Amino acid sequence: MMKDSKPSPGKGGLNAEIQSRIGHQLRAMYDDVVRQGVPDRFAELIRKLDGSGSSHPQVTPAGDFDTKDNGRD
Amino acid sequence: MPLTDSLREDILASVPNLRAFAISLSGNGDRADDLVQETLLRALANIDSFQPGSNLPAWLFTILRNLFRSDYRKRRREVEDSDGSYAKTLKSQPNQNAHLEFEEFRAALDKLPQDQREALILVGASGFSYEDAAKICGCAVGTIKSRVNRARSKLSALLYVEGAEDFGPDDTVRAVIGSGR
Repeated sequence: MMKDSKPSPGKGGLNAEIQSRIGHQLRAMYDDVVRQGVPDRFAELIRKLDGSGSSHPQVTPAGDFDTKDNGRD
Repeated sequence: MPLTDSLREDILASVPNLRAFAISLSGNGDRADDLVQETLLRALANIDSFQPGSNLPAWLFTILRNLFRSDYRKRRREVEDSDGSYAKTLKSQPNQNAHLEFEEFRAALDKLPQDQREALILVGASGFSYEDAAKICGCAVGTIKSRVNRARSKLSALLYVEGAEDFGPDDTVRAVIGSGR
């Protein structure tokens, strides 16, 4: 038998309490990672590039990727 | 612009958010860190194309999002191995109830269409405006708003509406099915 006492999304919008719980859970998940800070591997990666002409890391630029092809104008 | 010390610091400061975005998108900690690393390498290799004064986090998120998308297309047919690997990346082990609730939330988030999931994360967790989220995703502001709304609606159905395993039938159909038993 189905329970129908649970709050459900109404036609005109979501139950405010549910929306707030979802927002809270989403941020909790996200912020847990943010709080871990910067792992050493990334700090080293960025720091070892000295910006004086050697700003090209050893990476093969992939031809199928363009950082500007996505709606930024 | 050239890679100045201050720009490098700003990129570094964006890493925690990039990781959170990558893990939220992929549900897999190892894959997320690979994505972040690739994002940083691409950003540094293309730093000349970054406009001084424009939104650095949005620029970095755009790169990561595009990488994830092309990566996702390649891996679509591979068996996903996200179970548990995300939880292992957490520093603070949540207690059992919270952990269960977290797993349910993660599973529901993974059921969203990718368009909706990324829109919800960008606006609801990363804190981007609808306008910036639209730029990152390469779509109209109205599209982002509607994706976020549909994502919230679907999550609430998956998590808080009894018997809504699939979000197929609308409320009316569900009510008819329910009363017919």
